[in-house]
Amino acid sequence: MEISGAEIVVRCLQAENVEHVFGYPGGAVLFIYDELFKQNRVKHVLVRHEQAAVHAADGYARASGRVGVALVTSGPGVTNAVTGIATAYMDSIPVVIITGQVPTHAIGQDAFQEVDTVGITRPCVKHNFLVKDVRDIAATMKKAFYLAASGRPGPIVVDIPKDVTAAKARFDYPESIGMRSYNPVTKGHGGQIKKALSLLMKAERPMIYTGGGVVLGDATKELTQLVRKLGFPCTSTLMGLGGFPASDAQFLGMLGMHGTYEANMAMQHCDVLLAIGARFDDRVIGNPKHFFDEKRKIIHIDIDPSSISKRVRVDVPIVGDVRDVLQELLKQLGSGSAKQDAASLKTWWAQIELWRARDSLKYDRASPLIKPQFVIQKLHETTRGEAYVTSDVGQHQMWAAQFYKFEKPRRWINSGGLGTMGFGMPAAMGVQLAHPKDTVVCVTGESSIMMCIQELSTCKQYRLPLKIVNLNNRYMGMVRQWQEFFHGNRYAESYMDALPDFVRLAESFGHVGMRIEKPGDVEAALAEAFKRKSDLVFMDFITDQAENVYPMIPGGKGLSEMILV
Amino acid sequence: MRHIISVLLENEPGALSRVSGLFSARGYNIESLTVAPTEDATLSRMTIVTSGSDDVIEQINKQLNKLVDVVKVIDLSEGDHIERELMLVKVRAVGKDREEMKRMADIFRGRIIDVTERDYTIELTGSGSKLDAFLKAVSREVILETVRTGASGIGRGDRVLKL
Ligand SMILES: Cc1cc2nc3c(=O)[nH]c(=O)nc-3n(C[C@H](O)[C@H](O)[C@H](O)COP(=O)(O)OP(=O)(O)OC[C@H]3O[C@@H](n4cnc5c(N)ncnc54)[C@H](O)[C@@H]3O)c2cc1C
Ligand SMILES: Cc1ncc(C[n+]2csc(CCOP(=O)(O)OP(=O)(O)O)c2C)c(N)n1
Ligand SMILES: [Mg+2]
Repeated sequence: MEISGAEIVVRCLQAENVEHVFGYPGGAVLFIYDELFKQNRVKHVLVRHEQAAVHAADGYARASGRVGVALVTSGPGVTNAVTGIATAYMDSIPVVIITGQVPTHAIGQDAFQEVDTVGITRPCVKHNFLVKDVRDIAATMKKAFYLAASGRPGPIVVDIPKDVTAAKARFDYPESIGMRSYNPVTKGHGGQIKKALSLLMKAERPMIYTGGGVVLGDATKELTQLVRKLGFPCTSTLMGLGGFPASDAQFLGMLGMHGTYEANMAMQHCDVLLAIGARFDDRVIGNPKHFFDEKRKIIHIDIDPSSISKRVRVDVPIVGDVRDVLQELLKQLGSGSAKQDAASLKTWWAQIELWRARDSLKYDRASPLIKPQFVIQKLHETTRGEAYVTSDVGQHQMWAAQFYKFEKPRRWINSGGLGTMGFGMPAAMGVQLAHPKDTVVCVTGESSIMMCIQELSTCKQYRLPLKIVNLNNRYMGMVRQWQEFFHGNRYAESYMDALPDFVRLAESFGHVGMRIEKPGDVEAALAEAFKRKSDLVFMDFITDQAENVYPMIPGGKGLSEMILV
Repeated sequence: MRHIISVLLENEPGALSRVSGLFSARGYNIESLTVAPTEDATLSRMTIVTSGSDDVIEQINKQLNKLVDVVKVIDLSEGDHIERELMLVKVRAVGKDREEMKRMADIFRGRIIDVTERDYTIELTGSGSKLDAFLKAVSREVILETVRTGASGIGRGDRVLKL
C-alpha cells in the first residue's frame, strides 16, 4: 500500500522509537503535523521558538544518550533553528532536524518562506539532505539517525519539500544501512595501544586529560577503572565533567581557562599525557606555543582523526571509540608485566598536593552578599549531587562547573563549544522529558535567561517542574569580568538595566517565583523549592555583582599563567 | 608546499559545495579545483591543487575524509604522479604573427582548433608550468583570451584511486 511522504516521516520516527519531537508548525510541514496528529506513539512538544526546539532535542540527547529530534518549518523556522543546530554541532550531539521546504517546483524561485536550508546549515551539521523524491524518505531518515549517532556524533538536517510530503510511496524502513563513503573506525590499533601502554609505564609525571568523548562514548566505567589502576591524576574539560567521579581523590577538577590551579599546573608539567576524547581546545590549553614542551609525550584517543594533531602534535595517535580502546588498554595492562615507576609517581603526587593546597576555588564565605559559588555549593548539598544540571553561558556556567561536583556522566549539560546563551532552559526541558522522575535544575544568569524566556510557557503546557537557579548579578558578568581585567573597567553595555521582576514574571506564566537576597536565606529557599516536586520554581538569587571567576588564564596565555584570587 | 590531492566522492548534488565550503570555512588555499563524473556515474573525481605546511595538509586530508560524501582521498604528491591541464588560448594572428603563432603552437605541441582571418584558437595540454611557459613565450598583446581547466592528476603505474 502506498502512503504519503508525511506519513512515511512519522512511521520512520516510530521505527526509530522516537518518544518526543520538539517542534513548531508552519506551511511547509503541515502534512507532517497532520500525520503526527493522527497517531500517539510519537509525542510532539510545542516550543515557543525554533531555537528552543533544537536545544530541547539536544538536551534530551545529552541526558539520554539517544538521538534528539526537532521539526521546524521552512524559511524563518529554519533560520531560527540554526543557533540550536550550530550549538549541537560544536559539542558533537546527535540530533536529527527535520525541516520543511517549499515545493520542489518552487525551489530557486525566491518562493514564500524559501531559504537554501542545505546551504545555510552545511557548515554547522555533520551532514544534511534534501529529499526530492518521496521514495527516498525512508532510506534518508535511516541514514540520518545512523549518521547522527555513530562515529563522532552530530546534527543531521533532513530537508523535505512540501510536495514530497504529499506524494505517495510504499513504506519500507531499511533494517540497516551501509554507506561506502562513511565507515568510522571504532577498534583502536593494537600496536598503538601497546606503544601507549609502554609510555604510560615509563612516565614519571603522568597526567590523564579527559573530555566530552568519554561522556559521548559512555566510557565512564572503563575510564574509572583505568585511572584507579594506574593511580595517575585525572582532569576533565568542561564537556567531560561527570565522566569521572568528582569526589575521587585522583580527580584534580576541571582544567583550562577557569580550571583549578592543580589541574592546569599538572597538565603543563606532566611528562606523559594521556588525552581521551578531548580536543585541546583553546579554552583548555590556551596558546599552543606556551603549552608545547619538547620532552612531553602525548597519547591521544579520539574517534575523529581530525581532532588528533590539530592544535597540538601528538606522539601516539589512537583512532577509535573510547570505550573499545580503553577496554583493550585495560586488557593489555592486566596481562603486561611492566612495572610503574612508583617512586616518581609518589614525588609527582606530593607536588600536586602542594598545588592543590593553594585552594584555587576559595571565595569569601563571610560576605554579607550572596556569593554565587555558595549558592551552587548549597544546591549541590540540597540535591545530594544527584540532579541533572543544565546551564546557560557566563560566569554562572563556570561556577556551576566548578562547584557542583558531578559524580555521573550526562548530568552536566551545557553549551561549551558555541557558548550559546539561551541554551539552559530549553535544554532542561529536553532533559526533564528524558527523565521525568528526576530533578532537573537550570543554572542561569539574568541575561542568558532572557534569551529564551518564552519557554516558561512550554514548561507550563507540559508541566515540566524545572528548578531555575538565576544567579542575578545585574550584569553580563562574564563580559563585565573581561572589561574589568582587560578594558580598564569600562563596562560598555554589560549592565543589565530594566530587568523584569522575575518572581512576577514566573507567576505570570503560572509558575512559582522566589527572590532570595540574603546569604542566610539561601539554604531554606532551596529546601523549599525542591520540596515542590511538581512545580517549576524560579529562584532569583540576588548575588554579589562584583564577584569574578577564578582562576583565570587570560586569552593567548599559557596554562601556568593563571590569575588567582 | 604545493600538493595535488585526488578525491573520489559521491556524485550527489551539493557534494562540490561541501568541499569548496570546507576549504573556505577553514581558510585553506585552493589553487585550482576540477571535478567531473567518472566511468562509474555514481562517483565524481576531483583534483585539488593546494598549498600549506605539513600540518595544514594533514588536516586537509583528514577534513576531506570526514565529509560524509567523500569516498576516498589520496595526496598524489606523496608519490609518482602525472598532472595535466588543458588551456585554450585565442591569439591574434595577422601579419607576421600568423606564422609566428603557428610555430609557437608547434613548439609547445599545441593544436590550432579554430581559425579566422584575424585569430587562432590554440589548444594546449601539459603541466601547469608548461602552460605558463607558453604564455610567457608569446607577447602579451597577441593574447586575446585564455581559459584553463586547472590540473587533473593521476598516480603512476599501479597507484590507482578506485573503490
Ligand atoms: C564561557 C566559557 C568558558 C569556558 N571555559 C572552559 C574551561 O575553563 N575549561 C574547559 O575545559 N572548557 C571551557 N569551555 C568549553 C570549551 O569552549 C570547549 O567546549 C571544551 O573545552 C571542549 O571540550 P572537549 O575537549 O572535551 O571536546 P568536546 O567538544 O566534548 O569534543 C569531544 C571530543 O571527543 C571525541 N569523541 C566523541 N565521541 C567519541 C567516542 N565515542 N570515542 C572517542 N572519542 C570521541 C570527538 O571527536 C571530540 O574530539 C568554556 C566555554 C565557555 C562558553
Ligand atoms: C547568544 C550569545 N550572545 C552573546 C554571548 C557573549 N556572552 C558570553 S557570557 C555573556 C554574559 C552572560 O550574562 P549572564 O547570563 O547574566 O551570566 P553571568 O556571566 O552574569 O553569570 C555574554 C553576553 C554569548 N555567549 N551568546
Ligand atoms: Mg549576569
